[in-house]
Amino acid sequence: MRHPIERRLLAGHLGLVYLFLYGPILVLIVLSFNKSGLPTAWTGFSLEWYGRMLRNQAILSSVGNTLIVASVSTLIATSIGTLLALGIDRLRPSALLEGIVFVPMIIPDIVLAIALLSFFTLLNVTLGLHSIILSHAVFNIAFVCAVVRTRLRHFDKSIIEASIDLGASEFRTFRRITLPVIFPGVLAGALLAFTLSVDEFIIAYFTSGAGSASTTFPMQIYAMIRFGVTPEINAVATFVLGFSFLLILLSQRLNRGVTP
Amino acid sequence: MTKTGELVQRLVLLGPGLGWLALFLVVPCGVIFAYSFFLRGIYGGIDYVFTLENYARAFDPLYLSIFLNSAKIAALTTALALLVGYPAAYLIATGPRHRQVPLLILVMLPFWSNYLIRTYAWIVLLNREGLINRALVDIGLIETPLPLLYNEFAIVTGLLYGYLPFMVLALYSSISRLNPEIREASADLGAPGWRTFLRVTLPLTLPGIAAGSVFVFVLSIGNFITPDLLGGGRTVMVGNLIYDQFLSARDWPFGASLAFLLIGLMMLLLFAQAWAVNRAQGERARA
Repeated sequence: MRHPIERRLLAGHLGLVYLFLYGPILVLIVLSFNKSGLPTAWTGFSLEWYGRMLRNQAILSSVGNTLIVASVSTLIATSIGTLLALGIDRLRPSALLEGIVFVPMIIPDIVLAIALLSFFTLLNVTLGLHSIILSHAVFNIAFVCAVVRTRLRHFDKSIIEASIDLGASEFRTFRRITLPVIFPGVLAGALLAFTLSVDEFIIAYFTSGAGSASTTFPMQIYAMIRFGVTPEINAVATFVLGFSFLLILLSQRLNRGVTP
Repeated sequence: MTKTGELVQRLVLLGPGLGWLALFLVVPCGVIFAYSFFLRGIYGGIDYVFTLENYARAFDPLYLSIFLNSAKIAALTTALALLVGYPAAYLIATGPRHRQVPLLILVMLPFWSNYLIRTYAWIVLLNREGLINRALVDIGLIETPLPLLYNEFAIVTGLLYGYLPFMVLALYSSISRLNPEIREASADLGAPGWRTFLRVTLPLTLPGIAAGSVFVFVLSIGNFITPDLLGGGRTVMVGNLIYDQFLSARDWPFGASLAFLLIGLMMLLLFAQAWAVNRAQGERARA
């Protein structure tokens, strides 16, 4: 090390960055086990808030709705997004095509939300879980496509030519070579899509229609936050954090060596 | 393969995806683009009469100030993210190779957890009875709790918390691509560390700085949740304004015009960034 003092200062800074990033999360986790539930004093360990969370019908039904929305939109997006990635991979680079698969990832949620609400209203589509699914698939297709394309870029295409030269059919080549190679990317894309859909709030809020029948989990969390700081949210938060971290670590393992 | 076979194959691969995006992205955006040129109906619907009034109204001082305020908050967030993120990204990118990926994953992990929950954490920390105020009172630094929540300070904190990982990732990918020998050459030629940084490292990582900044700015200015939850219910940013036009004021054409002004601003920045990156690469190629 040429500048040990400088590097030590930088390390201190990085430590503070991690504190900034994880401090608030740790506070929520600790509070979720606090008996009084209040952030003001520690009154002992308790699982009471988790018990209340599990007995809260509104929370449970919203979790159910979210699981439906996330699984169906992930299934749609994974199949369509993978095909799209394979299709784009064969074409010459095109700015228009790049644009249309990039826009869903960067467009502000609120803009996509009002656009879809206007579109569904114009067509007199009844809103509900199905309209949330259709909407979530929009950004999920783009993300799955992006992940699978990263995988395809690292894939030596001459193997495909070799397979065809050796007399394998196009379909057999796809099933025996292309699919196994890109499969970790497809799975990582699916996990990413699932996570994004589970967490998405604004688009679901706008495209769910009135009534609580199609309230998703984030919408429920939003309502609870707006209602006031209740200790139950801490338990919900810890549960959600654990769940999404698990999914992301899993997808990191799957995609190891492809993305940094 | 035959020509038709090729065509069928392309249709099967591209058709569903492009069709879906056309139907549920391009057409809906077209619908609100058209709405932005119509009048608001008496009962909140759409009157199909062409007008530029919605766009003119967006430049009314009342709304213009909200746009400018959003830009200010987003710019402040971006500057802070850059200041905090650069040293962190620099340390990770110049450290031992086997530690880079774990450290980076550790930075990105919170980014992938629920945004509402992460925002809520700041309500717990910043409110009058919150942890930070309690701690400050307990150690005797202040007597009465500070108004930390429901203001622009809280919004900037929340946005910074949300998007700092993004900035670090963009900067990391730029810094890690730098050839360390260039830095060493500068040092061998006698330049002090700060000079090497200012004259060599910083200019060469400008594309990363531009990319990170544009993304953080764009994500911040279009944000709805953070100003809504940490801003105290007042309309302080464009995201809230658009939301209000759609769900409370029921003036969809005006809300649509605001959305397109926001998108226009974003596109301008993205193009400017792409242009800057191209230019920087061109210069490097010539050098």
